[in-house]
Amino acid sequence: MSFSFLEFLKSLVELTTGTYLRQVWGDAPWVDPTLDVIGALLVATFGLLIVLVLIWLERKVIARFQDRIGPNRVGGKYGLLQPVADALKLLTKEIITPAGADLWAYNLAPFLIVVTVLMMWAVMPFAPGMIGVDLNIGLFYVLAISSVSVVTILLAGWGSNNKYALLGAFRAVAQMVSYEVPMILSLLIPILLARSMSTVDIVEAQAVPFIIVVPLSALIFFISSLAEMGRTPFDLLEAESEIVAGFHIEYSGMKFAMFMLAEYASALFMSGLFVIVFLGGYRFFGLETYVTSGGFALGNLIGLVAFFIKMFVMFSVLVWIRGTLPRFRIDQMMDFNWKFLVPLSLALILVVALVDKALPVGVSAWTQAGVHLVSNVLVGAVALEILRWRGRKQREAQEGRQEGLESVGVEATVAEAVAH
Amino acid sequence: MISDWRFIAFMVVITPLFPALPIGINLLLGPRKPNYIKQQIYECGVETVGDTWVQFKVQYYIYALIFVIFDIEAVFLFPIAAAYGQVGLFAVVEIALFIVILTAALAYAWGRGVLKWV
Amino acid sequence: MIEQIIFIVISLFTLMMGWVVVSNNNLFHAALALMASFLGVAGLYVMLDAGFLAMAQLLVYIGAISILIIFAIMLTRRMMRTDESPFNSQPGLAGLTAVSVFAVIGFILWQMRQFWPVEPMEGVSLAFKTPVPDSMILDSVAAMGRAFVSPDAFVLPFEIASVLLLAALIGSIWVAWPKTEDEA
Repeated sequence: MSFSFLEFLKSLVELTTGTYLRQVWGDAPWVDPTLDVIGALLVATFGLLIVLVLIWLERKVIARFQDRIGPNRVGGKYGLLQPVADALKLLTKEIITPAGADLWAYNLAPFLIVVTVLMMWAVMPFAPGMIGVDLNIGLFYVLAISSVSVVTILLAGWGSNNKYALLGAFRAVAQMVSYEVPMILSLLIPILLARSMSTVDIVEAQAVPFIIVVPLSALIFFISSLAEMGRTPFDLLEAESEIVAGFHIEYSGMKFAMFMLAEYASALFMSGLFVIVFLGGYRFFGLETYVTSGGFALGNLIGLVAFFIKMFVMFSVLVWIRGTLPRFRIDQMMDFNWKFLVPLSLALILVVALVDKALPVGVSAWTQAGVHLVSNVLVGAVALEILRWRGRKQREAQEGRQEGLESVGVEATVAEAVAH
Repeated sequence: MISDWRFIAFMVVITPLFPALPIGINLLLGPRKPNYIKQQIYECGVETVGDTWVQFKVQYYIYALIFVIFDIEAVFLFPIAAAYGQVGLFAVVEIALFIVILTAALAYAWGRGVLKWV
Repeated sequence: MIEQIIFIVISLFTLMMGWVVVSNNNLFHAALALMASFLGVAGLYVMLDAGFLAMAQLLVYIGAISILIIFAIMLTRRMMRTDESPFNSQPGLAGLTAVSVFAVIGFILWQMRQFWPVEPMEGVSLAFKTPVPDSMILDSVAAMGRAFVSPDAFVLPFEIASVLLLAALIGSIWVAWPKTEDEA
């Protein structure tokens, strides 16, 4: 098959350029590796450049929440070029290495944190057939890579030779490893329902989006992924008022920018992961398989647009949460994880596994979804009831103690008054 | 399949170039005038006292340990979840037993007051 | 051919990092090298088509065990920057142990020699590997999942693993956590 520019353009619209090029080039041994390199470059470039959009979006949205206008000078009325200006400014800043830093750890961390975030995009299905590589253990791969990113924070904190940085890194790591447990456990449930760890299989299995089937699992995943990214209300790792800025305090210039970049990229990735695992990914009411009468597979493009809209909606939800919720205290956060989320997700796995096996074979997808939904709501209600009961008991205990304190307090005031 | 992992291998090779490029440009463009004060460790206006790498409390270690336990548990559960369509009803009992035993571990840690952040 | 070269390079990297682990004075750098060594092992698993095992290696060893080790380093007092030599006074004995372990492994490998492929095979990703159909590799994770819960395979080890994890946790909390008054 010879190369034709028109066909090439058509394949671009259909998002099947890889398949087309493979047809054109034949099956020489260099074809697949070359396509892989192009794909890897595209995925990594996307993962990096999209951050410019995200920074603008977050600043603009958060400004509206706080009744400000936000960036409005650079690049027209909407400040569209603000992220570019920021990047240029950072490029001309001095890179300062703190005295006594552990140079290996200090310099390795900004590289590694970007690498881990970009690596995760490899298994993200953007549209039907448009994915870096469909690993059969896709989700497990994502979890493994994201657990490596925890190490980079430890590297940055240790390498900086700064007490705030080390304390921030230790807190961050304690938080991230804690919340990784409910995140992993809540991802087990979609895998169990889809019978596969492949991201594409999970999207394809969602005739009914999993957020309707197992809303509790989606909620647990969302909360724990917030903590995993270190975003509000779990942004203790950069609590300015306590530990200044956390693990990246001693970084400047582009090295610092790498941490910001990785934070935004991973926030978008987690939104995307939520979309493919719980919101049906690129599926959009069956339109993602639409083919025009002229033979154009337009559905792929629709799938891509649907995926991006869903992903940016999820990202906006993250910004929304940042704009509304205050920060948790670290003890509250740890309690919430180990004493609520982990037991709840363990119980949920058991319930979903049981319901899944108890359902007779061959019932429709919607019936299955309904039964799962009811069981999820029941588990959630029971959990809330237990929480309320515990909360009441704690409150009673506290009030009892406070009454005791008050009586002491009155006597103390009287004694003070007498003394005067 | 190993051909799937070729893509990942290329990602491993290519992605470090992406942070390397801006940091390299920064090294070229940015000024470099280090001096004693500038390089001091940040410490809210005073000079830092003592060693950074001091002894931390045991709590961090215990949290990491509980995390290891549950991480390994998840590694066991993932293949079962992926093969859930091919296992019988009896598997539910086995998974339940597995999870209950590990919940006992969590309950022990809870009861000993390990999970209370101080 | 190229796969063999990559395999050898990754093996050398793993061994080199292992050497750094034992020879480095700085405990934190030793822990870093240990992580790199784990990463190399994960790479080897990938080369052997064991993707799940490789990712489990990343998740458990780099993501969890290494962090545990670093936290343990931070628990020690003044151990981070010691000037003492990392070598102790028994290199002869240690060398003997290492050589004998290697001899045992080599002996076992030699005993298994009838399973070695005699000559490189066509269409096999690694020339020194027994050919396995792709469908089987794709299904291997699910097969492992089935084996964990089927009574005629590994259900007993699977359940015992959970008891082992329970014992590990209780034991380490018992050792590490400060006792309250009524227990002491």
